[in-house]
Amino acid sequence: MTDIELPEPLTEVITPVRLEYRYTPGESPSQFLRHIPEGKLLGRRCPECGKVYAPPRGACSMCGALFGEEVELADTGTVTTFCVVNINFANRAVDLPYVCAEILFDGSDTTAQLLLQGIDPEAVRMGMRVRTVWKPTEERTPSMASISHVEPVDEPDAPFDAYAEFV
Amino acid sequence: MVDVAVVGYSAFATPREARRNEVEMLIPVIGEALAPIGLAKGDMGFVVSGSSDYLAGQPFAFVNALDAVGAWPPIAESHVEQDGAFALYEAWLRLQHGDIDTALVYGFGKSSPGDLPRVLALQMDPYTVTPLWPDSVSLAALQARLLLEDGVDERQLAEVAARSLTDAVGNPHAIRSGQATAEELLERPVFADPLRKHDCAPITDGCAAVVLATGDRARELSERPAWITGIDHRIEPTAIGTRDLTDSPSTRRAAEEAGVADGPVDVAELYAPFSSQELILRRALGLNAETRINPSGGALVSNPVMAAGLIRIGEAAQRIRDGEADRAIAHATSGPLLQHNLICVLEGR
Repeated sequence: MTDIELPEPLTEVITPVRLEYRYTPGESPSQFLRHIPEGKLLGRRCPECGKVYAPPRGACSMCGALFGEEVELADTGTVTTFCVVNINFANRAVDLPYVCAEILFDGSDTTAQLLLQGIDPEAVRMGMRVRTVWKPTEERTPSMASISHVEPVDEPDAPFDAYAEFV
Repeated sequence: MVDVAVVGYSAFATPREARRNEVEMLIPVIGEALAPIGLAKGDMGFVVSGSSDYLAGQPFAFVNALDAVGAWPPIAESHVEQDGAFALYEAWLRLQHGDIDTALVYGFGKSSPGDLPRVLALQMDPYTVTPLWPDSVSLAALQARLLLEDGVDERQLAEVAARSLTDAVGNPHAIRSGQATAEELLERPVFADPLRKHDCAPITDGCAAVVLATGDRARELSERPAWITGIDHRIEPTAIGTRDLTDSPSTRRAAEEAGVADGPVDVAELYAPFSSQELILRRALGLNAETRINPSGGALVSNPVMAAGLIRIGEAAQRIRDGEADRAIAHATSGPLLQHNLICVLEGR
């Protein structure tokens, strides 16, 4: 057998792909986003099962029904679950460690992930009661980023049964 | 074989749906397909959809779309990253098991949020072809040029477009329509040589839903079900340089397997997003002047990508259910330049 000298194999091909899109959130999500700069969280109720979605999606995931009435949520809620973040990813300008928590706003049947501040991460627990802290009016945009964070309120913890469905 | 028929159909198309999201667009259409036959989403034995996340520019957009059917309690469902016509093939196959008697098929897509000709470049070979960004319109122009060199007359392209535009008059889902003659169309400027704008399907957002049922259930749900007597799909190689682009051997083969030649064809719904591609398909299918082609105007006047093939099946079935046709064929395509083709034969009995 003759020794054939082969070129070094190619191990990598870089093919940049860039596509731009104009995103349409849809009727229900748009309505939710439009009210955020006013400091309002407006959920929508499923006309079939009665669950309140905030933010609403295209339709109730469980029933496949378009949303009905608007429901204004309280600015208080319950921590259903959380995680303590010890690594700075996505260059988030928050001191480590910080806490990301799923918040079940009073009146809603869906949770939202928000930054939890104003408490030692060691002291955070499921069932804790929290309140929304909005960014100053002039900094708000139609985005969940208009909520700066949530902070603890001086209330007894919610019993596990109150949020068991969301864990 | 289990006898399967189309018993319900609805579709929607618009140049740009900037108000509703995909789920909000789908819900009324699914409702319109089911309501006339007295069925609800929860009655379906199987649900399958066709769409592409590249159109929405969002990963798992197809999972989001399940909100349109409500997947709780859990349902039996599936998805193809292709036109809804190929989802219908999966539903037909699933119904062959005989344990369920209904299926819902839907296809949806908005082409307007992104740049569709560029998005479609991503379906080419990712190492050697996509980096050149061959957009879908330029590729179709190359194919049309080969056709002209093969002896097809430019006038034949214009005749396809003129017939489509004229037939589209009165179709509420047509993006373009109007009385036009081939002579008038040939006066218009060239867009991607040798194609003119009317030779290329318009950018369209939309969706469609088809309800299938088997045997006695189909007879119970519809006075005149459109029975699927043959369905087959075939694919050609990825590398377009290895194909004869003036022919569609995969269409011809699928037509043979589906039994297109076993009887007269009253109506043919062909998914040809370019007028040149209709000529290729007609030739491969051996259709003659007795067959009415795309009575609704076809994809040249309304092309919601990922639903337009399913719409061909729905429209062909509708002609049978209305009693306008006894035997119809529907064609759907996927991939660049008619790479993958599906043929469905429908009959009224």
